[in-house]
Amino acid sequence: MLGGIIGPVVTVLLAVVFPALAAGVLRALVRTSLLLTLPIAISALLVNLFFFPGGHQVLLRLGPITATAEGLGFALEILVRIMAISGAITLFYLATRPQDLVVDLERRGVSARVAFVANASVQTVPAMVERAQQIAAAQRARGLDTEGSLRRRVRGVLPIVGPVILGSIAEVEERTLALEARGFTRPGRRTLLWWPSDSTRQRLARWALVLALLALVVARIAGRLG
Amino acid sequence: MLTLDEVSYRYAGATRASLRDVSLTLRDGEVLGVVGRSEAGKSTLCLVASGLAPRTLGGTLSGRLLIDGADTAARAMHEMASDVAIGFQNPGTQLSGVATTVYEEVAFGPMNLGIARDEVLRRTESSIDALAIRVLSDRDPDRLSGGQQQLVAIAGLLALAPRHLILDEPTAQLDPAGTRLVSDAIRRLAAGGASILIVEQKVDLLAGVCDRVLALDEGRLTLEGPAGSILADPTLHALGVAEPSPVRLRRLANEARIPSRAIELALGRAANVTDA
Repeated sequence: MLGGIIGPVVTVLLAVVFPALAAGVLRALVRTSLLLTLPIAISALLVNLFFFPGGHQVLLRLGPITATAEGLGFALEILVRIMAISGAITLFYLATRPQDLVVDLERRGVSARVAFVANASVQTVPAMVERAQQIAAAQRARGLDTEGSLRRRVRGVLPIVGPVILGSIAEVEERTLALEARGFTRPGRRTLLWWPSDSTRQRLARWALVLALLALVVARIAGRLG
Repeated sequence: MLTLDEVSYRYAGATRASLRDVSLTLRDGEVLGVVGRSEAGKSTLCLVASGLAPRTLGGTLSGRLLIDGADTAARAMHEMASDVAIGFQNPGTQLSGVATTVYEEVAFGPMNLGIARDEVLRRTESSIDALAIRVLSDRDPDRLSGGQQQLVAIAGLLALAPRHLILDEPTAQLDPAGTRLVSDAIRRLAAGGASILIVEQKVDLLAGVCDRVLALDEGRLTLEGPAGSILADPTLHALGVAEPSPVRLRRLANEARIPSRAIELALGRAANVTDA
């Protein structure tokens, strides 16, 4: 019954739990990951536990519905996979500064323009939020109702979203001119001032993860993991 | 030396030219001021002199932009960066948007040029010192005041080591404190021998830094000469340009029949206070 979950559990431990422990973010990881996956995990558990087609080994009967051991096994399998995915994404988010990622990608040959777009997108979010807050405050000062019932809120959003988007578009030309004047369109590699350190231990850990992944794939194909 | 030779420019989609038959020269080590009412063509002049018009903006250019006598028509924008740098009014939009510290922001231009890392660092350091913003170097550029951001933007231009610096109303969107910060920085750059073409509505700033001033009206060059005489020219008022404070004071005193000696004494004292 547990054959199908050994692979994902090993992956979660090796690729998510141990690195999170090493990075000191295990607690935040568990919290964020649970928050992200709880609704889908609960529904996956209930649906598979009670409605798994072809289950014979009955664990529990609740009127017309039956919980089966096969359903439970499949539900656990799905749950661990969900945890593996959400855990890996959350760990990446918790342990990586966006700028480190972008600089490192650029160092490894990703084009400066792609790196710029990625970096600027991340950096623009707080600026956009701030601008939206300023516009919301200005609109409220002129009598716009942004609180109260859902309908009122929805009606209140439009006069804020419009100026935020139009204002950002209007700035694009000025930004383009400033970037061009600073040599941004020059073809070829840029000079990088710094890049994230990459120790031998980190490289070894990454290779170990890749090998573990290969081992899991091979074991799966060989039928060892069910 | 940067030269515009009989330059006319029309924006893409515009029916008439914004700049007409303008010829001017920005000599090495000279500070050239540009005045004129709004829509007179001042910003267009900056865009053309920097090479952004028509390279980035499109539009139609006739006449020539020369650097040290050589035509620049065939050069790409990034090849112009070490000859001409341009700064704009809005401090926020001039920042790269990707730097998390002022130091990285200043270094952004030379990093783009792909020059050696040591040289990027040297230029960044010297630009930060030139603008006296060492205390800001670890700060987030987005969290600075408008005046501080404008200083960072100008430092970022200096780090390109341009031979000519063009500033299009660098204090227009700043509060009085920000204006003072930027004005002081421009005065220091001018005293240090930089070649600057500066558009400004604040003529008192121009009076303090410019060797020569020219006035534009409806896209044409209407006045040109030494800063002192142009800024005191009575026809400037008709071109929508405010008089510098001392000129205005002298005119008002004259109209009120106040002895000119008293006014000169007051102006002398005011200058002493400013210098101190």
